[in-house]
Amino acid sequence: MNAFFALIGREVRLAIRVGGGGGMAVFFFLITISIVPLGVGPDLNLLTRIAPGMLWVALLLSALLTLDRLFQADQEDGTLDLFLMGGLSLELVVLAKAFGHWLTTGLPLIVAAPVLGLLLNLPLEGMGPLMLAMAIGSPALSLLGAVGAALAVGVRRGGLLISLLVLPFYVPVLIFGVSATRAALIAVPGDLGGRSLLLLGAVTLVSLVLGPVGGAAALRANLR
Amino acid sequence: MAYSGIALPYLWTIALLSMGTGLYLGVFVAPADYQQGESVRMMYIHVPTAWLSQFGYGLMAFASAMALIFRHPLADVAAKSAAPIGAAFTFLALVTGALWGKPMWGTYWVWDARLTSVLILFFLYLGYMALWATIEDPNRAARVAAVFALVGAVNLPIIRFSVDWWNTLHQPTSVFRLDGPTIHPSLLWPLLIGAIGFTLFFVAVLLVRMRAEILRRRVRTLQMQQAAR
Repeated sequence: MNAFFALIGREVRLAIRVGGGGGMAVFFFLITISIVPLGVGPDLNLLTRIAPGMLWVALLLSALLTLDRLFQADQEDGTLDLFLMGGLSLELVVLAKAFGHWLTTGLPLIVAAPVLGLLLNLPLEGMGPLMLAMAIGSPALSLLGAVGAALAVGVRRGGLLISLLVLPFYVPVLIFGVSATRAALIAVPGDLGGRSLLLLGAVTLVSLVLGPVGGAAALRANLR
Repeated sequence: MAYSGIALPYLWTIALLSMGTGLYLGVFVAPADYQQGESVRMMYIHVPTAWLSQFGYGLMAFASAMALIFRHPLADVAAKSAAPIGAAFTFLALVTGALWGKPMWGTYWVWDARLTSVLILFFLYLGYMALWATIEDPNRAARVAAVFALVGAVNLPIIRFSVDWWNTLHQPTSVFRLDGPTIHPSLLWPLLIGAIGFTLFFVAVLLVRMRAEILRRRVRTLQMQQAAR
């Protein structure tokens, strides 16, 4: 268990000291959100309506951005081979890496989301549900992303491949995340935000199993 | 190779015959629907292609599992060869569905659960083929693509039950039900014959592609030997 936490600590330290990780993702998030009003026009009512969806789409894309270095850097300097030989099972390694990715990319994005919501004229009472839904859903992004990153390890120009592989799996998170956020803003008959939140939690729990197992299988397939 | 070479001509004959029979019965003999009129005939193409889009992925995932567990070399070949055929049928299912949707629902496309999950299935096929295309070493590509195919298999039950779980525009299951089909026999029989024909067609194309893939690998090995000499 110590090795597990040491690995998470290493991920966080690397992200803070080396740079190019979470900070860049937040910056990308900001830029994506700020070009939306330029694209659809500055109509505030329209922006309010599309704000939850745009924020979630931008969150998905920003989370993708840092995935290609998740295992690639370790593969290049040989750390990944040490993980394979080490005592910690590969599933736990993937879980630790995914958790580290969430801490350094997912968490900053969630913190930044309400500020960016202001840019899209998201009402204040929507901020809480937005952050709650993102907090529940974003671990799934890191866990499923870890599978994609593990599949594309050692592939040249893997970043593009990861997006193609991972985005289809992100769709349930997007659907339930947006409907949970939107239900808090507009009372949709028959569609309660609570149900969407539960489904979002279910997606995260499924990916908690699928992510480490699939990611470890993909790493083994790639490195053997 | 020897067995498939003998079986293929028969398979082609039966496949084309039953496809032709099913389509003929469906388009010319079966009665028009009392609500949908003549456009119900789109069903005789749409339903078999949609069924094969999922059958193809199931076969691909099964072959991938076999490849990972038993390391049978033919399983890799089968999974790789099934992907483009499955993708083509998924595309056809989406296109025929859109053409059928226009007169029935008044729109080519709606974002309902069944349509969205089939679209995702199409993306999964494309991602699978992209993996094969980007990884050069065929052995590594086979293993990695197999893992991806298995992870993507979670989408299959979602497609199957999407019309039951979410109340959507796409109609619920009417053929494979526990309490028997809810579709009238005069429409059902041409559909079943056609579906069997389409499935045999799928298998025939799959065998042709597998033979081509085996030959391609032989050529590759021979070239490697030539280069090594």
